[in-house]
Amino acid sequence: MSFIKLLKLVHNYVTIDEDGEVEEVNRAVDGVDAEINEGEFVAILGHNGSGKSTLAKHLNGLLFPDEGTVWIGGYDTKEEENLLKIRQTTGMVFQNPDNQIIGSIVEEDVAFGLENIGVETEKIWKRVAESLEAVGMTAYREQSPNRLSGGQKQRVAIAGVMAMRPKCIILDESTAMLDPVGRKEVIQTISQLNKEEGITVILITHYMEEAVCADRVFVMHEGHLVMEGNPREIFSQVETLKSYHLDVPQVTELAYELNKEGIMLPSDILTVDEMVDILCQLD
Amino acid sequence: MLRKITIGQYYSIESFIHKLDPRVKLFATLMYVISLFVVNNWAGYLLGALALAVYIRASKVPLSFIMRGLKPIIFLLCFSVLFNLFLTDGGKVLISFWIIKITTEGVKSAFFMGIRLIMLIIGSSIMTYTTTPNQLTDAMEKSLGFLNKVKVPVHELAMMMSIALRFIPILVEETDKIMKAQLARGANFEEGNLIQRAKAMVPILVPLFISAFRRATDLALAMEARCYHGGDGRTKMKPLKYKRCDYMMYAAFAIYFASMLGSRFLPL
Repeated sequence: MSFIKLLKLVHNYVTIDEDGEVEEVNRAVDGVDAEINEGEFVAILGHNGSGKSTLAKHLNGLLFPDEGTVWIGGYDTKEEENLLKIRQTTGMVFQNPDNQIIGSIVEEDVAFGLENIGVETEKIWKRVAESLEAVGMTAYREQSPNRLSGGQKQRVAIAGVMAMRPKCIILDESTAMLDPVGRKEVIQTISQLNKEEGITVILITHYMEEAVCADRVFVMHEGHLVMEGNPREIFSQVETLKSYHLDVPQVTELAYELNKEGIMLPSDILTVDEMVDILCQLD
Repeated sequence: MLRKITIGQYYSIESFIHKLDPRVKLFATLMYVISLFVVNNWAGYLLGALALAVYIRASKVPLSFIMRGLKPIIFLLCFSVLFNLFLTDGGKVLISFWIIKITTEGVKSAFFMGIRLIMLIIGSSIMTYTTTPNQLTDAMEKSLGFLNKVKVPVHELAMMMSIALRFIPILVEETDKIMKAQLARGANFEEGNLIQRAKAMVPILVPLFISAFRRATDLALAMEARCYHGGDGRTKMKPLKYKRCDYMMYAAFAIYFASMLGSRFLPL
């Protein structure tokens, strides 16, 4: 069985009015089937309200399926005794860097998860040092997180997750509140972890450029998983993506527009370098 | 405005006092405060001041930094000194004018009151200057651990406190932002009487509260995602352990406290 498996996952947000009656049922995730293998880098794209964040919370045992099943590393998320195990296996980094840092010193924050799962003191020190090294934040270990930039805070948050030795990291729009420099820092850090340590990465984002470096891209729309494939396959379908209110990377869009004007270019160009190469070959 | 307050801040420097176990500092501070209320004569105050001087010296916190910490309480200080000065009866009358009467006893007690308050505040602020908030909450959690038996959620309280302390600077920044946003829309916080000013605070407090609640929800989720499940089975990255210097400090403090008690019987 693959590392993460979703079977007909359904999640409803139920609004209850003052009398305790069900006022509204909002189906955020509707019958999603998906499989993610160990070591993969998956990007999940989707417009606001497409259900991508809800899906992410199911992968960490923060939400539980209303229908269907989620298996993480063979554990069913619905069984409560698996919960701590699952949360250790898949770590999660959230959107707002300020609202997920608990410690008042960088190293204490990285240690928070380890303290929770009862790791011995000496091992905590070792693992904290290792994971700060892995995200390149060792120089800041004794500083207050309040003085760090957004990108650095997110790297600390990633270190906190890494310290628990997870198999998978989920980034729930973790780059949304960062400036371009910070975004780059975070994306570089996680692609490095993916390549060098074989960590499975699930990146939820609405920046198309970030999805380019993924192995596979999922597109969510109104709770359904509507597209799935490698970045080239997905982004070459410019019109389908636009119908889901999504953009394509700027370069791909340029190629698409040029094609419409009669300049024949491959439709699956993803990066500026590729574009430059191909344009230089034109006569 | 809120940023200028140095009282309660941590002053990062390497010193003997910084390295002490926070439980020692917590206990010493508590006893020091008590000892200040025990003394009743010059010898006692002198001893208290001497001990404080040694303590400050050992902590390596600059005196100017400590004095700046006294600023916010100057008003309170003057208030209590004046009260003592005018309202104490007894001794020789020095000045008598209209309803004001200053006696030798009044001067003496006002003087002692001032000294006592200053020493009290400096003594307890040294603790916060030399101890990080996290160490302090750790110390409280550990030394109040016995309350767990009577169903007081000590760990949870300590956790709440340390989170609150971490969010103070963030919320201060946020208040600043909201204030500026409201000022840009023509809000006026500076004019009007007390009631009007209090009313002007409402547009700051409402968004601040909403955002604080939102942060709390996010934080709870983040803590849960990192396997937080209360204090059971939790280990510590920096567990508190007494070292030799901690026991020495306890001993030194016991001697100090005993001599403070003894000073009551001195003739001075």
